[in-house]
Amino acid sequence: MSRLEILKTYKIYIGGQFPRTESGRYYPLKDKNGKLLANVCLSSRKDFRNAVVAARGAFGGWSGRAAFNRSQILYRIAEMLESRKAQFIAELQQQGSTAKAAEEEVNQSIDRLVYYAGWCDKYIQLYSTVNPVASSHFNFSVPEPTGVVAIIAPEDSALLGLVSVVAPCISGGNTCVVLASESKPLCSVSFAEVLNSSDVTGGVVNILTGTSKELHSHFSSHMDVNAIVYCRDNKDEIKKIQQNASLNVKRAFIYHKNWNSAEVENPYMILDLQEIKTTWHPIENIGAAKSSY
Amino acid sequence: MTKKENPKLQFNTSWEYAPAPESTDHIRLKEKYDLFIDGKFVKPAKGKYFATINPATEQVLAMVAEADTSDVDKAVKAARKAYENVWKKMPPRERGKYIYRIARMIQERAREFAVIETMDGGKPIRESRDVDVPLAANHFFYYAGWADKLEYAFPNRNPQPIGVAGQIIPWNFPLLMAAWKIAPALAAGNTVVLKPAETTPLTALKLAEIIQESGLPDGVVNIITGAGATGAAIVNHPGVDKIAFTGSTAVGKIIINAVAGTNKKTTMELGGKAANIIFEDAPIDQAVEGVINGIFFNQGHVCCAGSRLFIQENIADKVIQKLKDRLETLIIGDPLDKNTDIGAINSKEQLATINKYIKIGINEGAEIYQSSCNLPKKGFWCKPTLFINVAQSSRIVQEEIFGPVLTIQTFRTIEEVIEKANNIPYGLSAGVWTDKGSKIFNLTTKLRAGVVWANTYNKFDPVSPFGGYKESGYGREGGIHGLMPYLNL
Amino acid sequence: MNKYIELIDFSKTPTVDQVGVEERVARLNSRSIKKESKVYALKMALNMIDLTTLEGKDTEGKLKQLCYKAAHLHDAYPGLPSVAAVCVYPTMVKTAKEALKGTNIKVASVSTAFPAGQAPREVKILDTKYAVENGADEIDMVISRGEFLKGNYNFVFDEICAIKEVCGNARLKVIFETGELSTLDNVRRASDIAMYAGADFIKTSTGKISPAATPTVTVVMLEAIRDFYYATGKMVGMKPAGGISTAKAAIQNLVMVRETLGEAWLTNEWFRFGASSLANDLLMQIMKEATGVYQSKDYFSID
Repeated sequence: MSRLEILKTYKIYIGGQFPRTESGRYYPLKDKNGKLLANVCLSSRKDFRNAVVAARGAFGGWSGRAAFNRSQILYRIAEMLESRKAQFIAELQQQGSTAKAAEEEVNQSIDRLVYYAGWCDKYIQLYSTVNPVASSHFNFSVPEPTGVVAIIAPEDSALLGLVSVVAPCISGGNTCVVLASESKPLCSVSFAEVLNSSDVTGGVVNILTGTSKELHSHFSSHMDVNAIVYCRDNKDEIKKIQQNASLNVKRAFIYHKNWNSAEVENPYMILDLQEIKTTWHPIENIGAAKSSY
Repeated sequence: MTKKENPKLQFNTSWEYAPAPESTDHIRLKEKYDLFIDGKFVKPAKGKYFATINPATEQVLAMVAEADTSDVDKAVKAARKAYENVWKKMPPRERGKYIYRIARMIQERAREFAVIETMDGGKPIRESRDVDVPLAANHFFYYAGWADKLEYAFPNRNPQPIGVAGQIIPWNFPLLMAAWKIAPALAAGNTVVLKPAETTPLTALKLAEIIQESGLPDGVVNIITGAGATGAAIVNHPGVDKIAFTGSTAVGKIIINAVAGTNKKTTMELGGKAANIIFEDAPIDQAVEGVINGIFFNQGHVCCAGSRLFIQENIADKVIQKLKDRLETLIIGDPLDKNTDIGAINSKEQLATINKYIKIGINEGAEIYQSSCNLPKKGFWCKPTLFINVAQSSRIVQEEIFGPVLTIQTFRTIEEVIEKANNIPYGLSAGVWTDKGSKIFNLTTKLRAGVVWANTYNKFDPVSPFGGYKESGYGREGGIHGLMPYLNL
Repeated sequence: MNKYIELIDFSKTPTVDQVGVEERVARLNSRSIKKESKVYALKMALNMIDLTTLEGKDTEGKLKQLCYKAAHLHDAYPGLPSVAAVCVYPTMVKTAKEALKGTNIKVASVSTAFPAGQAPREVKILDTKYAVENGADEIDMVISRGEFLKGNYNFVFDEICAIKEVCGNARLKVIFETGELSTLDNVRRASDIAMYAGADFIKTSTGKISPAATPTVTVVMLEAIRDFYYATGKMVGMKPAGGISTAKAAIQNLVMVRETLGEAWLTNEWFRFGASSLANDLLMQIMKEATGVYQSKDYFSID
């Protein structure tokens, strides 16, 4: 008799832990033949709230890390993903990809992580300025992370889309709560496992599964969320999100991007989730160029 | 050495400064101002006009047209036509030369602008002359030079204008805010429909005259006047691609709501409640001066005003004594007098708001201290006010007052003051006073605010980006970063 | 008893931000003083002058003429005040004292090996004693800038105390020669040292070094005086000297005093200008206000 396979329980990822949804709800995920793949957590508003608490708690530490260190951690995520490539290819295939497409998607995801790993300690150099003000002051501007970002990840690009939107967010020092693709949630949960073994502090990335229909309003209305990124195309949801963003002047970004293309590989995506801070300080002027006090 | 009890300085001196009013002889104001649309001054569709008054005398300065939706529509269409047919196609270098020309013409007529700004808004002539008008001209001059260099600002992009920008500006820096809005928009290749605040429309209309004289193609800049309804008509007009707003957080939120679901881009410069922090090792006298400048500049009608003062406990008594004495030397009165430090409150409504908060402060049990100055009989005035012994939970500490009212809290440790400084929904600006460099860099990193002034306060420059975190808004004005809100990258 | 000794650590004197002081000065200088307010200020400034001649070639004859001018600034226009004092070298004190007999103009004498101050303490004490014995009402001493810059603040403090002791009833002005102190932090520190050591006045400069009495230095010293007053209740006078030659600059100084220290200091008991050519410019401005026409130097005596 052949050995009975152990099925994986797909749970959500909050604060470095893998709890089940507090609501106890699930939705069945089936393959194209109607076979049950998993019972996926149908995350609730309270799961989201808990995830925001975790993301806020992690923000100070993550944003305060040396940029070089963040760079190494992102690279480490890529390493971990590479080492579990087969698993992700299999999951993508379960969710309907061809073998070739699945492999391509995983490869691109790994490369994208490496790409953004490289930006961690460089984008600040691009977007910082020393501003030659007319008065006797030293004036400089630097980008700083916006804070806690709520992300509703792309629906179709299950792994690559998720990685492409999370990587610029965390490479810039933000922490996030991500809602995974509803129809293809498996590899996002597995990606959480990758994160959990990659030196990413718990709470930096929190991943929920469930429906945008139920959660988009909470994602966009939470007063302790600083920005929201929405990667789907439901017009009603977009409008609701933009309206809710006004509650605390949340930065709202609606992305319609081709996640397979190089279009999503650029530091401007990091800059979207940055605030520019300008500092002034007087410059004393004593010496030969101006001899009086 | 024996210490005399409570030595008191006497600033009520036998040597008084004689009035030194700026001349208004050369100021020519029309009785009636129309809307500036498509390069011409045109009457409003409904023929309605409203009065703009001098808040220091309550006298009517001029009647100003009230634009309704059809006027707004006309302006937006003019802007669209100018965008598609002229401005977008113009070689960037030529675009820049028009903006340079506007800068120069403001400089030439600087004194006239300063006097009108002061008459219409109530701010001291010293400020409109030395701050508002020169900065406005400089802003045009700075952005003019960007027009033909945009591709260097954004590597690996092909920056393109957005289209028609609807711009709504507040009453606290009428001309300067117009410059902050128009200059980068034009440099980036957009056309503009701008609405100044209803209490301070005159310098924007004077700017329209300059724009007309400069030969800027018709419709590139349209300036229309009116109150909230006019602003709403701009926000809701489908032909507008971009809304740039400076004003209160409450109105900002309404605008964000209104454009939800459309493709309009927005930038928001909203309210603030800045912490100004003095450490024991600060250059104390300069810090005191910075606090005064931080809260009483422009009667405190400044979104980045340093309205929450935090003093390290061991120097609090000394600093408060100095602040009280400094209050006595502030001259409150005729805004046109060159010696006036604090002018008139911009409007009756704003004065009522400020007085409401002063009452709240007193009811909350805070210790109030006001200058002993006399206030003029006519006009809208408020004495410079300190509230001592306030708590973080006091409403006067939490809410933006937008007037010459300073709350004073003490703190013991750096952790405590960082937490309290950030413990507010706003994040526009902050001030830090210490002689220790490493402390400054720690603070500027930890404070969640778009501008941090270290050992200085309320400094502005066209090259320096300005804008907020959190509920203070998003997008930057000034510097290279100030181009981004007007470009598709 | 509410009596206590305050020990001052002069290495911890408050710091000064130069740019901030310059902004403060610019703001004070923007005060527009016109009409009757200007005339009041011009006359007040005249009355605050320490009319000064400190040259190697000074003689009795020259000094006597200067003293006459001190009391008779411009007799063609009645009602003008006299200057506050005549400031001379110790050897000239006796002549000045005699020439000014019958007026209330004080005689101030520089001392302590003015202007460099490079002499042993005994010499400085003798120098001061000589001036006081010859009738000087006021002593303008210089500090040892070398010792100060070496960080030897106690030396400077003790030296001022020693000179104060031999001054007797003469009021002591302490000159820092701020142009040699380099930073405003040092100006502030020197001010604190001098005031706690017993100076009646603090004074910017000898007039022999440039820069001398810049507005920034004056503001810093006035603020130091204010802090000393807050701390002790004791008034100390201020004397900017050197480089103030125009009525405009003088009025700007008075604005600084008015808005930093207030009414009590707006008298020649607590504020002086050390100047040689300022008086005539003040006179020209007074006459311009009186007659409405701009003046020529030919109508005012040069001494």
